[in-house]
Amino acid sequence: MVIYGVALLAFCMLIGIILGELLGRLIGIEANIGGIGIAMILLVILSNYLKKSFRLGDVTEQGIHFWSAIYIPIVVAMAAKQNVIAAIDGGLIAVFAGGISVVLSFLLVPLISRIGKS
Amino acid sequence: MNYFELLESVLSKNGLITAFVFVGCVVWISYYLSEKLSKGRFHGSAIAIMLGLLLAYVGGLLTGGSSGIADITLLSGVGLLGGAMFRDFAIVATAYGVKLEELKKAGKAGVVSLFLGVGLSFFVGAATAILFGYTDAVSITTIGAGAVTYIVGPVTGTALNAESDVVALSVAAGLIKSMLVMIATPFVAKYIGLDNPRSAMIFGGLMGTTSGVAAGLAATDPKLVPYGAMTATFYTGIGCLLAPSILYLLVSVVYA
Repeated sequence: MVIYGVALLAFCMLIGIILGELLGRLIGIEANIGGIGIAMILLVILSNYLKKSFRLGDVTEQGIHFWSAIYIPIVVAMAAKQNVIAAIDGGLIAVFAGGISVVLSFLLVPLISRIGKS
Repeated sequence: MNYFELLESVLSKNGLITAFVFVGCVVWISYYLSEKLSKGRFHGSAIAIMLGLLLAYVGGLLTGGSSGIADITLLSGVGLLGGAMFRDFAIVATAYGVKLEELKKAGKAGVVSLFLGVGLSFFVGAATAILFGYTDAVSITTIGAGAVTYIVGPVTGTALNAESDVVALSVAAGLIKSMLVMIATPFVAKYIGLDNPRSAMIFGGLMGTTSGVAAGLAATDPKLVPYGAMTATFYTGIGCLLAPSILYLLVSVVYA
């Protein structure tokens, strides 16, 4: 059933967000620490485990594949609701602070990629 | 009977459904342009994201609001479709099919990239603030935090009681960062080796802006999205943790 896939996905997301909130409270900040990342790891572990013990049916998988496929359109909608005007209004200081940090971070990608590579 | 009113009421009552049609058209136009103008070399999703940002600009101009095209009543559903709930749900879904071994392989480099990424962006933002004449630790820290992400900026500013114009600046810095990552990633991907799960995880950890990483990787190679998004979602939390505490203390040692 398609709903099983959607429900599994939603379950992972809720657990992840709850754990992320708890992690934030433990450290004493009002922020979610990696909730979505935790949800993703949970889904990876669950799906790897479930596949071995009993197969998630093809139809069940469709409930997850749909959301994974609708991802790019959602990102387009996300881009369309950004506060572009505010970003431009920030002026030079915002452009420098944001722009230089992006350029330097790009440059670090190949350097860090070497860490722990066997 | 006023037909325009009827249309308007149907479209805004069914906002999310209207958003599906609207975004579907934007994506269709983008892939058409990609095929016709660049023979597919310029990725359709990259064009769609840029078109989205352009529409957000137009929406902001027309309404004076802060949610881009979603501030136009007819298109308010775009705000729901592109909001954090659906975005995060779809991001989690992309993790399905990811192999556990890939995550373990890049784990250490991913953690290193997270802390380096937050530190580097904060340092650049703080240095820019100093260069532009700020001398108080609170403002310097808040602008530095904005260069981390546009969420860390206001969280830090609120915690430290920063002036509201400084907080606005920090949000602007974070927005510039997020948009640059969305637009530039597909162009620089091949020069920085962004073509495997490992470097995608490192990329996510260094950039950190979830929206930027999510869109940038989608326009580069959708298969890389889950790896980058996974580390990126830890970034804002770590930024909120470090900026108002250790990083603020560091700044206040120099600028009391």
